[in-house]
Amino acid sequence: MGKTLFQKVFDKHKVAELKGGKYQLFIGLHLIHEVTSPQAFAMLDELGLNVAFPERTFATCDHIIPTDNTERPFRDKIAEEMMKAIENNTKKHHIKFFSPEIEEQGVVHIVGPEMGLTQPGITMVCGDSHTATHGAFGAVSFGIGTSQVRDVLATQSLAMSPFKVRRVDVNGSLGKGVYAKDVILHIIRKLGVNGGIGYAYEFGGSTIESLSMEGRMTVCNMAIEGGARVGYINPDEKTYAFLKGKPYAPGADKWDKAVRYWESIKSDEDANYDDKISFNAENIKPTVTWGINPAQCIGIDENIPEPVTEGDKEALEYMKLQPNKPIEGTKVDVVFIGSCTNGRIEDLREAANVLKGKKVANNITALVVPGSFSVKKQAEAEGLDRIFTEAGFQWRMPGCSMCLAMNPDKLEGEQLCASTSNRNFKGRQGSSSGRTVLLSPVMAAAAAVTGKISDARKIFNL
Amino acid sequence: MSIKPINQIKGTALPLVIDDIDTDRIIPARYLKCVTFDGLGEFVFYDDRFESDGTPKNHPLNNPKYKNANIIISGANFGCGSSREHAPQAIKRAGFNAIIAESFAEIFHGNATTLGIACIILPHSDIKELEGYIKENPGEKLIIDIETETLKSSAKSYRFQINQNAKKDFLAGTYDSLGELLTNMDKVKILEKNLPYNFKYLG
Ligand code: SF4
Repeated sequence: MGKTLFQKVFDKHKVAELKGGKYQLFIGLHLIHEVTSPQAFAMLDELGLNVAFPERTFATCDHIIPTDNTERPFRDKIAEEMMKAIENNTKKHHIKFFSPEIEEQGVVHIVGPEMGLTQPGITMVCGDSHTATHGAFGAVSFGIGTSQVRDVLATQSLAMSPFKVRRVDVNGSLGKGVYAKDVILHIIRKLGVNGGIGYAYEFGGSTIESLSMEGRMTVCNMAIEGGARVGYINPDEKTYAFLKGKPYAPGADKWDKAVRYWESIKSDEDANYDDKISFNAENIKPTVTWGINPAQCIGIDENIPEPVTEGDKEALEYMKLQPNKPIEGTKVDVVFIGSCTNGRIEDLREAANVLKGKKVANNITALVVPGSFSVKKQAEAEGLDRIFTEAGFQWRMPGCSMCLAMNPDKLEGEQLCASTSNRNFKGRQGSSSGRTVLLSPVMAAAAAVTGKISDARKIFNL
Repeated sequence: MSIKPINQIKGTALPLVIDDIDTDRIIPARYLKCVTFDGLGEFVFYDDRFESDGTPKNHPLNNPKYKNANIIISGANFGCGSSREHAPQAIKRAGFNAIIAESFAEIFHGNATTLGIACIILPHSDIKELEGYIKENPGEKLIIDIETETLKSSAKSYRFQINQNAKKDFLAGTYDSLGELLTNMDKVKILEKNLPYNFKYLG
C-alpha cells in the first residue's frame, strides 16, 4: 500500500513519540503575526527560554493594521501596542519581520507563498486557523494556538497526532462565472462544517488540477471551515513554476534537488485513504451563504432553504432572511474584496475585469483591500486600482481589514456585507448584528454594481 | 515545567446546549486586541450575554442560578472557527475547567487540553437529559472521573468519551507538552540537520 503526502511528510518530521501517545513533530517553517504571538513571547520570557531556530520563523502584521491611515503611532492605542510588541519581539529574537516600512507586509497567508517560503513537503504552522492555505503547495500546514506558538518558538516542534486523510476529488470543467471560491463553498455545503474534524483533506481531480495556484490557495484556505485543519494539493509543474524565482525559494543551484524532493512526497497512486469522496464540477454554481456558518450556502439561483435545525432557524433570524425566497435580490450595504481567501492578484484581476466601466450602486460602501504590498503594487502596475476607484471602490492598504474587523474597517448595525472572506459568523465583521454573505470576487463585484446579491453571470454577461 | 495530573473534576454545570459555538462567540474579535490573556474571562460570550448598549440578555451566564459553575454543557462542534487560544483562555479565566459536548473542533480541543480544560464527549441524548436535569437542579454537583470515563450526578452515571491522548496526558500531568518537548532538543537538532529539504534562507 502506498502512502499519502500527509503521511510521508508527517513521518519525515517525527522527532519522538511522547508519553501521552502523540508525536513530537518538527516544524520546518513558522509564521507569526501580531495577534497570537505576543503572549507566546511573554511565556518564553517567563520561562527564561530562547527561540531555538529564529531563522525558521517569519513575522508580519496583518490583523490590526489600519488600511486607510497607516501613520505611526496608530490612532488605536492597543493596535499600536500590538505593533510595537511584534517589532520588539522580532528584533530581540532575530526574527525576520515583513514590516510595512519595507513594504513587505501583508496577510500572513499571502506573504508566505509570494516570498517563496511556502514550499512542498515542509511542515508549517502559524497561530491562525487559515494556515491550511499553504497546503495548496503540498505543504502540511495547519493552525495552532498560542501555547503551541510558544512550543514552536522554544523547540521548533510541537506535540500532535497524525490526522486521517480524506481524498476530496472534484472532476470536470467549471461553468462560466464559477470559481475556486464556489468549489470550496460547495464542498463545505455537502460535507458540513464539522465533516472534516480529525481529517486532512487532500484535494484532487481534474477541476482542482486546472485551478491556478491562487485558486488552489482559495480552496485550501477554507478547509478549516469544513472542520479539516489541513487541506492540501499534491505539488505539480504549476506549483514549481509559481515558486521559481521567488525571494526565498531554492535558487538555481538547489532547484533540481528541491524538485526531486517535492516529487518524492506526492501521494502514491495506490495511497491508502481513510475516506474518499468526489464531486462533479458541473453541479457547482456561483455560491453564496445565507446563514451564519459557511456550510449554510446555496447556488445563486436557489431559494433560501426551509430551516431544518435550530441552527438554521437561528441563522435565518439573525440574517433577517425568509425561507423559500430567492437569495438573489437581497439588499447589500457593504462590499468587501480582500482577505487571505480572495485578496490575491488573480482575485483582483477577475473583479477588475468585470468592473471595467461600471459604477458601484448608490449608497454602497465598497472597498478593495489587497492581501499584501506585493499584490497592491502588482495591481497598481496593471492599472487595476484605477478600474476599482473609477467604479467607486475605495482602494486600501494591505491587511485583514473587514475580514474580522480588528482594525477600523467595520460593519455598522445590521449592515449586510457581500464579502470575499471566509467566515460569516455572527458579529465577525465588527458589528454584533452585522450580516455577512460569502461569495467570490466576481459575485462581490456584481453585488457592488447592483446593490443586491446578484448572479454575476447575468450582470456581466459571462 | 512540572504540572499537576488531573484525575477528577468536580463542580456545577452551566447549560449552554447550542451546536457550532464558534470562537467568535466565545470571545468576540474585538477582545483579541491585547498583548496578554489576563482579563479575558470577563468578556467570555460577551455578545451573547449583552446587548450592544450593555443591557444583560437572558443568557445562562447572567443567571445567578448558575453562578460559580465550572463545567459547560454544550452541543456539537464546540469551539469551531478561529485557532485563537483567546477562546479557551477566556473560558478558563472565567472559571471553567471542563466542557461537555457532542464534539469539539480540532484546534480548540488541542488548545483547551493544553490549558488543562477537560473536553468530555457525550452523545446528544445524554446531553439533552443532563441539560434537563441541570435546569431542574441547578447547582447540582457533578463529578467527572477521567480515569474511568464516567460522569456522575446524584441521579445518574454516564459513560463518556475523551480523546485517549488527552486522557493519558491529564493522568500523567503532561497536557502541557513543552516540558517533554524540551527534553528532546538533541533529537530535534539532528532531525533539523538531516532534513530532506533545504531552504535558501537557511544557507
Ligand atoms: S484575512 Fe481574515 S481569515 Fe485571513 S488571516 Fe486575516 S483575519 Fe484571518
